[in-house]
Amino acid sequence: MKHDINLTVNGELYNLTVESHHTLLTILREQLVLTSVKNGCSEGECGACTVLFDGKPVNSCLVLGAEADGHEIVTAEGLTINGQLAPIQQTMIDLGGTQCGYCTPGIVMASFALLERNPNPTEQEIREGLVGNLCRCTGYTRIVDAVREAARLQRTDMTL
Amino acid sequence: MQAFDYVKAKTLEEASALLAEHNGDARPFAGATDLLIRIERGFLHPAKMVDIKNLPGFRAINALDNDWLRIGAAVTMNEVVIHRDVESRYPLLAEACQSVASYQLRNRATIGGNICNASPAADSAPALICYGAEAIIHGPQGERRVTVEDFFQGVGQTALERGELLTAIEIPPPPDGAVGRFLKLGRTTVGDISVMNVAVLGWPDENAASGASWRIVLGSVAPTPIRAPQAEKLLAGDTSPAGIEAAARAAADTARPIDDIRASAAYRTDMVRVYTRRGVEHVLAELNY
Repeated sequence: MKHDINLTVNGELYNLTVESHHTLLTILREQLVLTSVKNGCSEGECGACTVLFDGKPVNSCLVLGAEADGHEIVTAEGLTINGQLAPIQQTMIDLGGTQCGYCTPGIVMASFALLERNPNPTEQEIREGLVGNLCRCTGYTRIVDAVREAARLQRTDMTL
Repeated sequence: MQAFDYVKAKTLEEASALLAEHNGDARPFAGATDLLIRIERGFLHPAKMVDIKNLPGFRAINALDNDWLRIGAAVTMNEVVIHRDVESRYPLLAEACQSVASYQLRNRATIGGNICNASPAADSAPALICYGAEAIIHGPQGERRVTVEDFFQGVGQTALERGELLTAIEIPPPPDGAVGRFLKLGRTTVGDISVMNVAVLGWPDENAASGASWRIVLGSVAPTPIRAPQAEKLLAGDTSPAGIEAAARAAADTARPIDDIRASAAYRTDMVRVYTRRGVEHVLAELNY
């Protein structure tokens, strides 16, 4: 069964025809070629497929593409505006919060959402906020550092 | 993933008709955080998904005229956690819902789905049962209600009959001065499924010899979440350290856990004793009477 859907992705409006059983993850990767969105576990454990759905982080592997009709999606590609990386993207690079990089876009999205609802998180709050994002390189210490630094930059409104 | 159809139902009648017409091959679809995984793994083969999230009232939390709180079946865990009335009147429920999985998952997982999947480890259930919450069910014969305690019938089995749909959960006003505590043991500190959990609710009661009445509900140690009535009775009589230990042992005696990949039955039973004691001690320290 096919559905015609209208959705906004990274600020652009798309009209797509999607299969009922295709997940938002599949649509974003295969129809819109937004390959920052990664397929890790397909069951909502690893967070590699995290995107913002109407501003809230969700596991796109557990959302149907047809559900996104009329909604707004943001992926890691959408956080970079005119070539300017978002603070969390820049600090992940600067502080070595990325190793193999597979989990990175999901962690960037989850962290971005965490800092929107809590601009000054404690280390405990950062770790709880990222409990749904697994890094198999186990580089958590530097990921936490990167989130803390992004929070500091955003609070002091410094440019990088 | 195997193919299926997907329909967004606009009215309760349309949803019921779609679910009935497919004779069990259609599934109600809300957060899908369990459903899609079971399909992906090949455990379920539904022909049609009926999305019930947009049905009137399904995403709403409303204070009712009789002072009960009505939570629509498709309200997400995060929406429950941050709701003002839940935070102020039913903090035990907020604590339980917050303990589920990750923030991303809680933006999708719904309180109705948590109940309808009827996992013994459903984290919202012990809190709802402590408060005496009721499940509101729509079916071909109209509306009926059962307690959340009775809604759970067995592992994955609920009181819902064919053609019926959970529309909301309604929670009576909490007892005056009630204090609750939800404690959960997982393999990790945060985010894991419960190896076992316990919800404790205590409130001042001058008719109780100890000065307080209690509800103790255990999760993941029986086919359904279960109350520990003997522990509740002992605490109404005596909340001295010896009384608490006796109640904690009674709670452990109530548990009927199994050995599985997450823990042995023996370990779960002993953790019921430990976590019940801790929960009661915590509540007792905050109770004013």
